[in-house]
Amino acid sequence: MTLLSLEALTVRRGECPVVDRVTLTVAKGEFVGLLGPNGAGKTSLLRGALGLLPHEGRSNLAEMPPLQRARAAAFLPQGREIAWPVPVADLVALSGGGPAAVDHALARMGLQGYRRRNALALSGGEQARVLIARALAQDTLLLLADEPAAGLDPEAQIRAMMVFADLAREGRGVVASIHDLGLAARHCTRLVLMAKGRIVADGAAREVLSDTHLADVFGVRGFHAETADGPIFQPLDVVR
Amino acid sequence: MKGQVLWVFMTALVAALFAASLLVGPAGLGLAESLRALFTGQGDAVVLVMRDIRLPRAILGLLVGASLGLAGAAMQGFLRNPLAEPGLIGVSATAALGAVLALQTGVAALFALALPLSALAGAALSVVLILLLAGPRGGALALILAGIAISALAGAATSLVLNLSPNPFAAMEIVFWMMGSLADRSMTHVWLGAPFILGGMALLLSTGRGLDALTLGEDVAQTMGLNMNRLRLSIVFGTAAAIGAAVAVAGAVGFVGLVVPHLMRPLVGARPSRLLPAAALGGAAMVLAADVAVRVIAPDTDLKLGVLTALVGAPFFLHLIWRMRREEA
Repeated sequence: MTLLSLEALTVRRGECPVVDRVTLTVAKGEFVGLLGPNGAGKTSLLRGALGLLPHEGRSNLAEMPPLQRARAAAFLPQGREIAWPVPVADLVALSGGGPAAVDHALARMGLQGYRRRNALALSGGEQARVLIARALAQDTLLLLADEPAAGLDPEAQIRAMMVFADLAREGRGVVASIHDLGLAARHCTRLVLMAKGRIVADGAAREVLSDTHLADVFGVRGFHAETADGPIFQPLDVVR
Repeated sequence: MKGQVLWVFMTALVAALFAASLLVGPAGLGLAESLRALFTGQGDAVVLVMRDIRLPRAILGLLVGASLGLAGAAMQGFLRNPLAEPGLIGVSATAALGAVLALQTGVAALFALALPLSALAGAALSVVLILLLAGPRGGALALILAGIAISALAGAATSLVLNLSPNPFAAMEIVFWMMGSLADRSMTHVWLGAPFILGGMALLLSTGRGLDALTLGEDVAQTMGLNMNRLRLSIVFGTAAAIGAAVAVAGAVGFVGLVVPHLMRPLVGARPSRLLPAAALGGAAMVLAADVAVRVIAPDTDLKLGVLTALVGAPFFLHLIWRMRREEA
């Protein structure tokens, strides 16, 4: 079943298209890593797909009325905004998923002991986990996450990736923009590489993180290996 | 204080201050005498004092205070900024300009409701201007900037009116009106102001869930199903109706909308949907108390309500900032 379906989606900033006729479908069971250098259009793609930005072309999510879209997809934006000092459990419950969904989401992010804690008094990494839990509590089939791993310590990064991979295994879909190519190569089921508003590669880590793509899009050289432990990728140095 | 206890306490406090507002005044009436006059209508002069002077004053104190507290909390929730206050979108300034024009042109002397009606027209004008300037889909920043521009323009126009004022007495009348007061208001003021204030407050109270969602930012709130446009219109129209009418009947009563949400947050928590009704009760308590205080402190000199709220409110706000800074350090 298709969870996300974009057809020639275009998002403009002024006259200049920052997302240029992108066609993409994401099905149940997929954990898609959205890659690309700064300014490639990853954030605009996610926000345009949700109908949060004016756009041309089609997006199944943007065409839904707000309440239906809220049941179809959850969004975890890059900016981690918590405006008021409210308890963690109250913040997660804003998703409207009910007590069971809140408990489940808190447990998934290892936040059971945090229920009554003031969300604003937590560390940046803890706040990020609370906001992931908030998105999980929305209990949707699709999760769109914008740089969910940014600013987290290694353990929290890996745990977040494992939660997303678990969601995919349960038959949900996840699309996450990720800057850490090693993390993406290891945990995602599929990688989509963007440059200048377009998709330049789409598929398995080995194909998407090829030497040519790395040099052309990121300007770096990397080391890629398939091990018994899974795929390993490490960017090495700048080539241009 | 937790849960039910707080709501019972706040409601009781507002009721007690409302009663105090009815019972305190220069006429020096006895308690039994006052109540008998109020409820039975027996005793000529006393009935007049109670029903035509003190009752409208107490009702307006309740309404004006509640609308200031509520609109302050709603504005802070909408802009996610603890420094926001209800006048930020320009309603207070344009309503004041409307009133000042009525005083200056002499229209205010023609019939009792000319001044408040002119102030209401000013508030309505600010809504039109702000929606034109910020656009129907304008973000929070556009709304603030448009509000500041409108406030500045209305302030300049008010100064111009004062500047061109033909005699010092007319200027004095305007300056005194702008200080904000509940003295010498009649039931006519209540009948004019109440529908707008209550309607505006109902609209603002309905925004609680939306403001809760907005705690996580506009993008997340929208993807959780919030209709951002409808929320923005509810905030603008609700504030304009409640605050425009409050200014129309009482003048500018400063600092209540800014301070009361800060006072209530430690008691009910920062969640906007809980804060809104609490701030309405808190605002009502503060204005009723201040209006009793002006009568007790200086029974002979007409001390203005707005002067007292700002005089008490500003140092208190400084104290809050001081405490906040210490907690952060």
